[in-house]
Amino acid sequence: MIDKKVIAEHNLTPEEYEKIVELIDREPNITELGIFSLMWSEHCSYKSSKIHLKKLPVEGKNVIQGPGENAGIIDIGDGLAAVFKIESHNHPSFIEPYQGAATGVGGILRDIFTMGARPIVLQDALRFGPLSKPKNKSIMEGVVSGISGYGNSIGIPTVGGDVYFNDCYSLNPLVNVFALGIAKKDKIFYAKAEGAGNPVLYVGAKTGRDGIHGATMASAEFGKDLEHKRPNVQVGDPFMEKLLLEACLEVMDKDLIVGIQDMGAAGLTCSTTEMASKSGTGIEIDLDLVPQREESMTPYEMMLSESQERMLIVAKKDRVEEVQRIFAKWDLDAVIIGKVIEGGRLKVKFGGKTVVDLPVRAIIDLCPVYEQESRTPRYLQSAIELGSVPEPDDYNHAFLTLLSSPTISEKEWVRRQYDHMVQVNTVFLPGADAAVIRIKGTNKALAVTLDGNSLYTYLEPKTGGKIAVAEACRNLACVGARPIGVTNCLNFGSPEKPEIMWQFQEAIEGIALACKIFDIPVTGGNVSFYNDTNGISIHPTPVLGIVGMVDDTRWITGPGFKSNGDILILLGENKEELGGSEYVKSIHRMEKGIPPQIDLEEEKRVQEFCLEAISLGLIESAHDISEGGLACCLAECSILSKGKMGISAHLKDNMRSDALLFGESQSRIVITSKEESREEIFHLARERGVKAMDIGKSGGERITISQRDKKLIDVPVAEAAKAWWEAIPEIFRIK
Amino acid sequence: MKVRILVSLKDSVLDPQGQTVRNALHTLGYESIKDVRQGKVFEIELEGVSQEEAAKVIPEISDKVLANPIIEKFSWQILEKG
Amino acid sequence: MKFGVVIFPGSNCDHDTFYVLRDIFKQDAIFLWHKEHDLKNVDCIILPGGFSYGDYLRSGSIAAFSPLMQEVKEFAFKGGLVLGICNGFQVLLELGLLPGAMLRNKNLKFLCQYVHLRVDNTDTPFTSTAKKGQVLRIPIAHYDGNYYSSPETIQEVKKNNQTVLRYSDARGRLSDEANVNGSLECIAGLINKSGNVMGMMPHPERASEALLGSEDGRIIFESLIKSLG
Repeated sequence: MIDKKVIAEHNLTPEEYEKIVELIDREPNITELGIFSLMWSEHCSYKSSKIHLKKLPVEGKNVIQGPGENAGIIDIGDGLAAVFKIESHNHPSFIEPYQGAATGVGGILRDIFTMGARPIVLQDALRFGPLSKPKNKSIMEGVVSGISGYGNSIGIPTVGGDVYFNDCYSLNPLVNVFALGIAKKDKIFYAKAEGAGNPVLYVGAKTGRDGIHGATMASAEFGKDLEHKRPNVQVGDPFMEKLLLEACLEVMDKDLIVGIQDMGAAGLTCSTTEMASKSGTGIEIDLDLVPQREESMTPYEMMLSESQERMLIVAKKDRVEEVQRIFAKWDLDAVIIGKVIEGGRLKVKFGGKTVVDLPVRAIIDLCPVYEQESRTPRYLQSAIELGSVPEPDDYNHAFLTLLSSPTISEKEWVRRQYDHMVQVNTVFLPGADAAVIRIKGTNKALAVTLDGNSLYTYLEPKTGGKIAVAEACRNLACVGARPIGVTNCLNFGSPEKPEIMWQFQEAIEGIALACKIFDIPVTGGNVSFYNDTNGISIHPTPVLGIVGMVDDTRWITGPGFKSNGDILILLGENKEELGGSEYVKSIHRMEKGIPPQIDLEEEKRVQEFCLEAISLGLIESAHDISEGGLACCLAECSILSKGKMGISAHLKDNMRSDALLFGESQSRIVITSKEESREEIFHLARERGVKAMDIGKSGGERITISQRDKKLIDVPVAEAAKAWWEAIPEIFRIK
Repeated sequence: MKVRILVSLKDSVLDPQGQTVRNALHTLGYESIKDVRQGKVFEIELEGVSQEEAAKVIPEISDKVLANPIIEKFSWQILEKG
Repeated sequence: MKFGVVIFPGSNCDHDTFYVLRDIFKQDAIFLWHKEHDLKNVDCIILPGGFSYGDYLRSGSIAAFSPLMQEVKEFAFKGGLVLGICNGFQVLLELGLLPGAMLRNKNLKFLCQYVHLRVDNTDTPFTSTAKKGQVLRIPIAHYDGNYYSSPETIQEVKKNNQTVLRYSDARGRLSDEANVNGSLECIAGLINKSGNVMGMMPHPERASEALLGSEDGRIIFESLIKSLG
């Protein structure tokens, strides 16, 4: 019955199957094989990434929970804790963009509220193919409405995030969803199944044949038979999840339960085995008691179903009725389907017979771990040679073209579909360097940002990893927040390709180095391998989600100029670096060159200076320089200012003009200050060893930038604003 | 008994969803599509009712719950006699 | 004076409205549960924003049938003050306490953004502290906010001066561009004939603190507090 073909269909190797037989001392039945195939999939087991992820720093004095739980937890003072995580939903979003993205939102939110935290913010890192292709447009439209449909309905603000476009995502879009919640420090819940005899309750939506093998789908390369995978996609129900959220938080608040785990990918299988594994116990369930949406489901289907909006709860034996009463108040059933048992086994009954009887340890802890072969990719030899690039004849034209490139241009078309203000905590409207969410009842605020430039990582993975961390922290520094914790989503191609493994190892090394220097712990995240379609891999795309703390809301700073006549100060140093820039990509149509280099110590000095000057009240506005370089950064400061104040900037650097304007050298921030703070700010910069340059003034109605005596850019703010605002709406305009 | 109820916007009310679908069909080359109106379909199973009773209850629930008479109209048909 | 904020399953601005009433305006406020029949002697009822029952049938439609809403209807008939915000406005329309219905936004997308509103009627308990013609900057966040009613009804509404808030530009001028969701007559806020029930699509609770970007929504709450005090 279980032959080679069946084993291969379950994405298990013959060796892995042999190991299963050895572990359980007999042949598994088909349901048991299904359970192993889920839990030993790359998605659930991290079997190829585990040994590399160990390099990331996970310790810190404020860490309450590091990697390994549903989400990471950081102590934020006042008896409160921030609970946050990022997760990918790439493959489902390609197959069915709306539902794929929507269920991604639902899944990450369950990860947060299962820990006892009320979610207060959502962000998304999205990567699509170029919008000139109708397919990419419709994927983007579907993904954005899916996120909006779910997040808006459940009432968690979706505040910002980032969107990049690159051809490598045409058949493999990335949808990485980040959520953060706040919990009382003494009311945090874990996926525990303690106390033999305690009842196991099933709550939420009924089980159907949704997404069977979703977790193994996310661990297999897409091929041509894609259309057949369509029935796998789950449908999200944000209304059900809203009820679950309220009911779960209520039973937690009243201390009625022992542990709780959501049934996302891998459903009943994952929740039962993980809860038992963490407590060294076993679980026994009876599938006949599981609420079912469809008729004549088999044990295999029920154990593997990925129906959304379900939770597994281990309740305190004597409080079950109260739990059920609270769920009934929210019109939800809480059904006892089994109990915690001694002995570390998962026992599943169906029709009065035992259909699964497996040691939990074999499923969770004894999954094989691989150190996959790695090799420097061949593409690098030619990719890092930029060769000679001509300087543009018309800098105004190049400037406006860059401002309207989809990666740089304003994403308001996306953001206004998201309810970013519900919960009345959103201090900054999306568009600032980082989203800022105040914490009610305190003077503090949290800042959140997602970052990851995959072109840098493609050209030099280690540098790309370092920059992803550095830039995210720089975004936080610009709004006045210091970084306190990291979560990451590592999107790569197939780990079975040595060149991909090399990218992965290098990128992790870069991330680890940067996190150590910034002294921020990684509290968890997610690895998404197999982002390949028909053999082609995406650019390596680590997305860093970094959370920052603003100690006093008075210090919150924005990117837009505050008043005319303020001095423009450039922190950091302009360097002649063009490789991997958006300029080279969208003007010269090349993805080449050595990406900007970064000195992490210098980066840290710049950021710390920015934070210090903000807290001394010396800074009016701050904006970091990233894609599109200094020129695009200045344009954004101007466009985002009240009344669209112009700029006159005079640069003295002696280098190629295109590199000066559009190069993406790191560790740079543009700040503005009042004339009367001039002396103090430059003095402080000298003292802190930070390079600071007076580059001009805010004011007027034009953006003018000159290099020495040569005027390079001179356009009305309104024209730049139009290029920046209108690019994406124009593409989607209904004609 | 199985009944299908169709709820759609009244002809006098603008239907931008329908218009968008029509425009998309035109873009795809289906020039002959003159108009598109979008609506919702409800399939309802009734138990232990005669056809006369159904003819009373269906318009009642349609008018009261399934459709908003200010903007929507409805029609219905019996799919399976019970 | 006591405010009651109604919670339907799927309400998501209930806590926001409650927070603003209690923490910002220091008012006595309680939650009212949709399954109950008791209005607990409140002086003013607020139906908050959100997605009651997921808005799966029509926005606000199922909430209108809840037990509590039958009491709210009674309360309104007796002259009690009722304010519906966003989904709450949709519930009031479905309940028949206000005339008309909501269609999908004209661009067929959810819209979350600041809008400008011109106050056309200040002779109401909800806008008495505003100046006639004053322009408020308050955010909207909805999918179905495109107000519609029959020509006869709209005549009646205009005649009775029931259009309280209208989408405008920053200087109070009406235009297609400023009318972001396509509402008939640019209607953003509407009052009943007897002047005690108002519905508005914009969220005044989101514009009640300077830190969050606007304090223009305070006018609505301040007017209510004044009229009750």
